[in-house]
Amino acid sequence: MMTGTGLWVRAEARGLHIVPADCWIDPPQPVETALVTHGHADHARGGHDHAIATPETLAIMALRYGVHDRVTPTAYGETLRLPGGVDVTFLPAGHVLGSAQILLEHAGERIIVTGDYKRRPDPTCPPFVAISCDVLVTEATFALPVFRHPPVEHEVNKLLAARAANPDRCVLVGAYALGKAQRLIAELRRAGYQEPIWLHGALERMCRLYEELGVDLGPLRLVADAAKADLTGQIVFCPPGALNDRWSRRLPDPITAMASGWMRVRQRARQRNVELPLIISDHADWDELTATIEEVNPGETWITHGREDALLRWCQLHQRQARALALVGYEDEDD
Amino acid sequence: MERFTALVDALVYTRSRNGKLRLIADYLRTTPDPDRGWALAALTDGLDFPAVKGSTIRTLLMGRVDPVLFALSRDYVGDTAETASLLWPGPEEATDPPTVAEAVDALARMTRLSVMGDLAALLDRLDANGRFALLKLATGAMRVGISARLAKAAFAQAFDVSIEDVEEYWHGQTPPYRALFGWAADGGPPPHAGDQPLFRPFMLAHPLEEAAPNMAETFAQHWAAEWKWDGIRVQIVHAGGETRLYSRSGDDISGSFPEIVAAFGFPGVLDGELLVRGSHQGGTEGGAASFNALQQRLGRKTVSKAMLADYPAFVRLYDILIHESEDLRTLSWEQRRKMLEAFIPRLDPARFDISPVIPAASLEELAAIRERARDDAIEGVMLKRRDSPYVPGRRTGLWYKWKRDPLLVDCVLMYAQRGSGKRSSFYSDFTFGCWDGDPDQGADLLPVGKAYFGFTDAELKWLDSFVRRHTVNRFGPVRETDRSLVLEVAFDSVHVSKRHKSGLAMRFPRISRIRSDKPAHEADRIETLRAMAKV
Repeated sequence: MMTGTGLWVRAEARGLHIVPADCWIDPPQPVETALVTHGHADHARGGHDHAIATPETLAIMALRYGVHDRVTPTAYGETLRLPGGVDVTFLPAGHVLGSAQILLEHAGERIIVTGDYKRRPDPTCPPFVAISCDVLVTEATFALPVFRHPPVEHEVNKLLAARAANPDRCVLVGAYALGKAQRLIAELRRAGYQEPIWLHGALERMCRLYEELGVDLGPLRLVADAAKADLTGQIVFCPPGALNDRWSRRLPDPITAMASGWMRVRQRARQRNVELPLIISDHADWDELTATIEEVNPGETWITHGREDALLRWCQLHQRQARALALVGYEDEDD
Repeated sequence: MERFTALVDALVYTRSRNGKLRLIADYLRTTPDPDRGWALAALTDGLDFPAVKGSTIRTLLMGRVDPVLFALSRDYVGDTAETASLLWPGPEEATDPPTVAEAVDALARMTRLSVMGDLAALLDRLDANGRFALLKLATGAMRVGISARLAKAAFAQAFDVSIEDVEEYWHGQTPPYRALFGWAADGGPPPHAGDQPLFRPFMLAHPLEEAAPNMAETFAQHWAAEWKWDGIRVQIVHAGGETRLYSRSGDDISGSFPEIVAAFGFPGVLDGELLVRGSHQGGTEGGAASFNALQQRLGRKTVSKAMLADYPAFVRLYDILIHESEDLRTLSWEQRRKMLEAFIPRLDPARFDISPVIPAASLEELAAIRERARDDAIEGVMLKRRDSPYVPGRRTGLWYKWKRDPLLVDCVLMYAQRGSGKRSSFYSDFTFGCWDGDPDQGADLLPVGKAYFGFTDAELKWLDSFVRRHTVNRFGPVRETDRSLVLEVAFDSVHVSKRHKSGLAMRFPRISRIRSDKPAHEADRIETLRAMAKV
């Protein structure tokens, strides 16, 4: 097995290389043909000659980098034949809108590259599909046993309770501009919150795109259009970088919240000056990572982007063949 | 335990003092006895469970989690108790959480033999946040930024009683402080102190503003002046055969100054300044060493013979609060002063003397004397109304401190760091330096101090914007600036210090003016600052 797969999919400096097709998965630099799992900047870059991804991911990439010369939109479940006899199928990963696992089939072997994924329900994207394979290339962003994400309802209630308890302040939520912000807005709507939600300008276009692609986010307003007093008692969203930025001075005594899996660790929340940590992640937590490996039950597990050591150790303890891929360029500080 | 857990969690994420006060006060008001008393003790480090140590927790986890995974997790989280709370293979939701009192009782019963089983049983009943609160409580290291003083202030706020009363009654009480809550929350009688060496809250002085009410006209008749010595304010108490030395915050520092404690054996309570013998302040005759010398003695658990010989401590007395069993605090300062003067001959002159009254007939004369005080390295003067009773805290119109004018030096801004709380979007902590030679001959700047106050809100905005426009390097929350801005820094005094690269340490530095008009190479040199330091 090791020798077989080693020949046709390789971890190289420019990313995961599908050798027979000469394609790359989530390459950090421009290449001729790129298969892109999802629209986050550490996976999707501009400048490829040819980009293959789900229609939603391509729309996100077009918004961020402009339109690629050549694109091949590929719907979930649709199989595409690449040169060199490699079949590729995009499967839902449950990470953000358009996010996909990439199933590669060649010479009787199946390799699944999960990209970033989670197993929890998300109102903004279809759920992860588990399929058996020979090699599972798994992400490992939260691969430490201390990371166990609580139910999202629990965290949404925390946010709503903080708002209710502080009618003369506002709650400022730092959330990743692609995915986290829209998911949390959708979860707030699901919890019955119908007030307008206020946005930092950097979140506007992505929220609009989500709405165009059929995700209802309810009434949204821009902070730029508001007087300070309008925001009292309101919920405001911004990118994490704006939480302690000068921009936030225009808000009425904000309670700084951050929606991120890292908030599980107190010191991480304190480092970011967060008053209200919301443990909400679009990545699999430790239990989901290990349960997925057991469910998919691959002959071999390749571990990438994140904390490979701990997941590798878990594989060893469970007599599973595994190795860490040294792929550069992936870090997800803001999830 | 759920409410205590929520409190601990909220305190971790709340930076402002007022926010912390509100959280603790709400908790104390709405939580029944004895839980709130135990919680208060836990927050103020008043609990100790000998059977539970940091290593206990590690050992406990090793039996349940793979050691490699534990080590990787511990490295990432940075705190053993927190790591354990997250890794514990317990329930997501607390099933049958114990009350704080139950947990305290169980922890107190644990022995080295039983701790592994008993502590595990407690952890099994809590969720992750509950386990964190329990482990922090058990190991006596809450580290949620709550000083004893803050907890007392919260207690006072919770029940709308004065902090001075809380401080006075608190001493001598033990967790879970039922008598204290009975008095403050339920209107019961104040706890009885009994014959114990308890701390009494200090009377404090206001800074003297330009226009003190009629002071000049009534000076001769109503006011007395004393030197303001640069040591630490202490209270020495003897009762029930025991002697204690307390610092201004009410901390018992008897252990660090055994020679003082041993020299005081009469029932009573005295107020004075703790100093070390020397000639730095007030000349060679009956003088005192610099604050620096005293610092050598502070915070030590054991005191060597060499320490006692090299830095002999004594107390310069200001006041007498209690004599024998008579409380003198309602008498006038003048009457208390007479009592103190009469008491002094009974004390060992090596360990106690009296802070003299400055013979000044008018405020002008005092001003002239105060001016000369710099040569004697004295901090300033105190003004006390002759008819003032001894009242805890800062009461307007009774006592004033008149510090000598600050020293000034022109420094260059080198680094700025973001503040916290309301200032978290501002670069508001400034590190500044002086030249180590002639800047035109290639001299470099050496940091000489750090200040985060002294400026107005408008000046802070200006400084923040300056830092952002003149950044040359970033180190996490710190920015290095291009060393082009001169700041006039005011400070009370400067001392030789081995801990700083410049060899100097300022006391109370603050930004007094922004000198954007002055070129950086004209800022002061280290020698200028060094010349201001006395030994």
